[in-house]
Amino acid sequence: MSELSAPPASATQQPSLSELLRAFVIVSVSGFGGALPWARRMIVEQKRWMTAEEFNEAFALSQFLPGPNLVNFSVVFGLRFGGARGAAVALAGLMGPPLVIITVLAALYARYGDLEALGRILAGIAAAAAGLLIAVVAKMAEPMFVTRWNSGPVIAIAAFVGVAIMHWPLPWVFVGLAPVSIAFAWFKR
Amino acid sequence: MNDSPLTTLFGYFALLSLFAVGGANAAIPEMHRIAVDVMHWMTDRQFADMFAIAQVSPGPNIIIVTLIGYHVAGIAGAAVATGAMCGPTCLLAFLVARTWDRFKDAHWRISIQAGLVPVSLGLIGASAFVLARAADNNVYAGAITAVTAVVAFATRLNPLWIFLAGGLLGLSGWL
Repeated sequence: MSELSAPPASATQQPSLSELLRAFVIVSVSGFGGALPWARRMIVEQKRWMTAEEFNEAFALSQFLPGPNLVNFSVVFGLRFGGARGAAVALAGLMGPPLVIITVLAALYARYGDLEALGRILAGIAAAAAGLLIAVVAKMAEPMFVTRWNSGPVIAIAAFVGVAIMHWPLPWVFVGLAPVSIAFAWFKR
Repeated sequence: MNDSPLTTLFGYFALLSLFAVGGANAAIPEMHRIAVDVMHWMTDRQFADMFAIAQVSPGPNIIIVTLIGYHVAGIAGAAVATGAMCGPTCLLAFLVARTWDRFKDAHWRISIQAGLVPVSLGLIGASAFVLARAADNNVYAGAITAVTAVVAFATRLNPLWIFLAGGLLGLSGWL
């Protein structure tokens, strides 16, 4: 980005394909309730494949793209260190073990989902999971309401009402609101 | 061609994959709308159960699509739903990652990113609403949701402990 072409203090290690696979397998099975902190710990602190800044940039790209963030991140990360094969390997490492586990759980649920005790346990977990999501929303909303007036809360509330109350299809709500919100961001400075 | 549940699964989740800004949690209401309201694949309660299972199993939360797919069409359904949810966005990530650095500081890119934040906030808020409605069938379940929200907002407690407590309370027969 600068005319001084001295390379930045970049991560020194280059993972091999098998290291890449191992790392994402470990991240995938450690990540209860969101694997991002685990991915960060592994890549930045333990293996030093990326600096904190490089990690943030790669993750910003993953959030910028639609779809599951960590899945996107595995592709972005794998691509950088191993090309197309790296991307495939990282994705396979991230999704492989959870897919096996969840398929077993799905089969168990199909068979025992009617058991009363299991139903009660899941009801308790689901109630807690809903609360957890409310906390996530509150944390995300905090900065939006402490800065000076902006379009953010209006857009967020409109998206909420459209999807949760009116039950409009997500693509319509997105196409209706995203351009408006982006335009506000564009002209804000 | 349109009658196969696999085709339907693929079509819905591939489209959803491209509009889910904010990740798995932002996609929950649309999944709920399709699976419960439009296609009648499952009840509200079953959807809440599947969200609970996806939360307590390791890996990305998007894994709930695997459960939905399995419920609809067995192993093949699980594979198709997961592939549809991850495929288009992975392809996009693959293509964009190569040019991303060039646009890192571009005004249009920063605007898009900033503009999408409130949209995904609203969608995740809608997820919380939809899930709370599906899960909170009585005042005790509502209390678990409320207490969890406060605890998770105010502390950095590992969510697994919260799920454990919720599961035990459920098992004890209060819900």
